[in-house]
Amino acid sequence: MKNLVIIALMCFAQVITAQKYFSKTGKITFYSDAAGEKIQASNTSASTVLDASTGSIEWAVLIQGFQFEKALMKDHFNENYMESSIYPKAKFKGKIDNPSAVVFSKDGTYNVNVTGQLEMHGVTKTVSVPATFTVKNGIVSAKAEFDILLQDYNIDIPKVVEDNIATKVKLDVFAEYKVMNTTT
Amino acid sequence: MNGLRILALMLFLSMTLSVVGQEEDLLSLIEEDSSEITNYTSSSFKATRVINLHSLENMAAGELDIRIHHRFGFLSGGIYDLFGLDDATIRLGADYGITDQLMIGVGRSSYEKTYDGFIKYKLLRQSTGAKKMPVTMALFSSMAIKTLKPSDPTRENYFSSNLYYAFQVILGRKFSEAFTLQLSPSLVHRNLVETAAEANDVLACGIAGRIKLSKRVSLNSEYIYVLPDQLAEGYYNSFSIGFDIETGGHVFQLHFSNSTSMIEKGFIAENVGRWADGDVHFGFNISRVFNVK
Repeated sequence: MKNLVIIALMCFAQVITAQKYFSKTGKITFYSDAAGEKIQASNTSASTVLDASTGSIEWAVLIQGFQFEKALMKDHFNENYMESSIYPKAKFKGKIDNPSAVVFSKDGTYNVNVTGQLEMHGVTKTVSVPATFTVKNGIVSAKAEFDILLQDYNIDIPKVVEDNIATKVKLDVFAEYKVMNTTT
Repeated sequence: MNGLRILALMLFLSMTLSVVGQEEDLLSLIEEDSSEITNYTSSSFKATRVINLHSLENMAAGELDIRIHHRFGFLSGGIYDLFGLDDATIRLGADYGITDQLMIGVGRSSYEKTYDGFIKYKLLRQSTGAKKMPVTMALFSSMAIKTLKPSDPTRENYFSSNLYYAFQVILGRKFSEAFTLQLSPSLVHRNLVETAAEANDVLACGIAGRIKLSKRVSLNSEYIYVLPDQLAEGYYNSFSIGFDIETGGHVFQLHFSNSTSMIEKGFIAENVGRWADGDVHFGFNISRVFNVK
């Protein structure tokens, strides 16, 4: 009977390590800080899934969901730069470089590096960015801040608006994860 | 024994599950919920006017659009008028978005010294996702006051004689990224007409479209068919064709049109220009958008 309990516990432990986390309210903000104009937009409905057992992490966000201060900025962003009707989503598929460095079952702040494929505007690039995972009262959250070059993703800035749009855009990414119920 | 079997099965299942878990696409685990959001189609036209006709676009809430509409004289003026460049007709206007669906505007035309005001409401908006709508439908109403001194000062000239009204339903769809088409059934009411042969109420239907040539340039055209037996001899249907060029907050619309007036009552019901005779204006509209919210 004791053996049975041990086996049962092992089963349970396996489920714990295979724990997955998700969020549908991930927040992505970008900042373009050009000489003539500061532009900032946020999307608060990014989807992300984190697999604690492998350190795999994925993100997806709808380009049309970015909200700007001015309606015209949003129109131009979708129509002229991101061409969201052709490339509706941006995606990231990557992995924590050293997954064992993050103990998801223990409260703490873990600074790691995440490497993966960032796909947007039809271009996929390998990016490696520093990220911070925080576990507080059992709640996992992730945060990253990094820059991307628009030309890397074939986003052209015409000469007339050179002063208005930065060539390098800063991205802020944040999500507070929920435990995924894998049995459903 | 039975319990052991079940446990072994559980162990096996949980192992296979975790193995599967490493290979699958993680995001597919959470439901795609594109059906939960409504995506309203945007940028069906680059501006709120196709050329003369109102397009199915509105200004967004809190946006002010300062518009300069300008037409040179008829090309048929030849070298003597430098192909129309000697003459100019202009409408200065300001449009404002009260909400994303409701827009108002005022303007003043040099043609017959006319003041006009309009209101345009988007009843239906083309969308995909949670709320699906194949078309955009806008209701438009405008009023114009002619302040040109009466041609015959001896007769009694009522103020109401100078009032004009126009009503339109704008029904359109952005069929693809490059192609938008709209219909604009219109009614123009004139309190006073010159002869009894002319109708006070003029029914017409406009058709307008655009083809996007590049991210910032589109080819626009519009034609307004006036139903027969409403206008006197010498009035023609309006046809215009031109380009929209967008640069940041500006839209430049360059075009050729046989209409001199840039408001509904004029370009629908008072067109004296005829393409076949070279009575065509070169013209432009400039739109500059400001955020005043």
